[in-house]
Amino acid sequence: MNNDELKLILGELIPSGTVVESSEWVTLEIPYAEGKTIARQLRFTSGLDFDYLFCLTCVDWKTHFTLVYHFSSTMHRHSLVIKIKLDHNLPEMATVSDIWRTAEFHEREVYDLFGIRFLGHPDLRRLFLTEDWVGWPLRKDYEDPVNMIKL
Amino acid sequence: MENKDSHETAFPGTVHPTAGGGILVSKIDEVINWARSNSLWPLVFGTSCCAIEMMSTASSKYDWSRFGFEVARATPRQADVIIIAGTIVNKMGPVLKRLYDQMPDPKYVIAMGACATSGGPFFYNTYSVVKGADHIIPVDVYIAGCPPRPEALLHALITLQEKIRGGAGREKINIEKL
Repeated sequence: MNNDELKLILGELIPSGTVVESSEWVTLEIPYAEGKTIARQLRFTSGLDFDYLFCLTCVDWKTHFTLVYHFSSTMHRHSLVIKIKLDHNLPEMATVSDIWRTAEFHEREVYDLFGIRFLGHPDLRRLFLTEDWVGWPLRKDYEDPVNMIKL
Repeated sequence: MENKDSHETAFPGTVHPTAGGGILVSKIDEVINWARSNSLWPLVFGTSCCAIEMMSTASSKYDWSRFGFEVARATPRQADVIIIAGTIVNKMGPVLKRLYDQMPDPKYVIAMGACATSGGPFFYNTYSVVKGADHIIPVDVYIAGCPPRPEALLHALITLQEKIRGGAGREKINIEKL
């Protein structure tokens, strides 16, 4: 399915989503509350079949966080980017690790570096940093006077 | 035999001509250092993109075997020189220290590239990077570059050889301290 067809189908399926400017992939911004429902639709709607979550990242915009999910379908060879805005004071998101098993590690990584809590994750703990680490290093307001030389 | 230009690489010592041949007079330390410098086994150790240049230096196009860096060893117990090829993060620090401790004496260290020398591009605003591998283990030769070209690494290896032949290895410094 090409990008235009994909946009058309997604527009009907997800009315709350807004298509944002992007270059290579169709990018859809969806409201936080519908995240889990939409994730299921993307995975199980025949014709879409996004069976592969190949990237899950986070951006700190200081005012809010954005979760960025990259999906693709191994059957239909189309890809999609989903963006979800999160509150900066209470960054929480329902886990998608029950839909895509790979999200288990991706979400742990995002939790480790940004401190986003993924509700319902089976084993949400530090991945790269040590267990006793304090703070979330990839947040813009992160301070570490011992190790960091500020410029 | 006295050739000023090539005395760095020539066998150390002088030949006294006698009837039916000659007698070579040398010092055992110099002979040992000469032998050591021509067979330095590097440890297989690379933590980031410098390692790619190091692999290139080892392979056919640059071929560091020509200078006596014959076999890269995958165990520190059989290695003479560790080339710190890449960024050392705080989590890697203890591992690097342990690898160094496991290498038999005499051992040599080359800090390859900006990260291993000073933290390089990660000097500022980074929570995870060690600002120079010499905070963890002593370094013999530093190479500038990000990453350095294979020629630069070869130059560093040859510089290390000259250092060893000159008797300026760390074991000599330690003996002097005693």
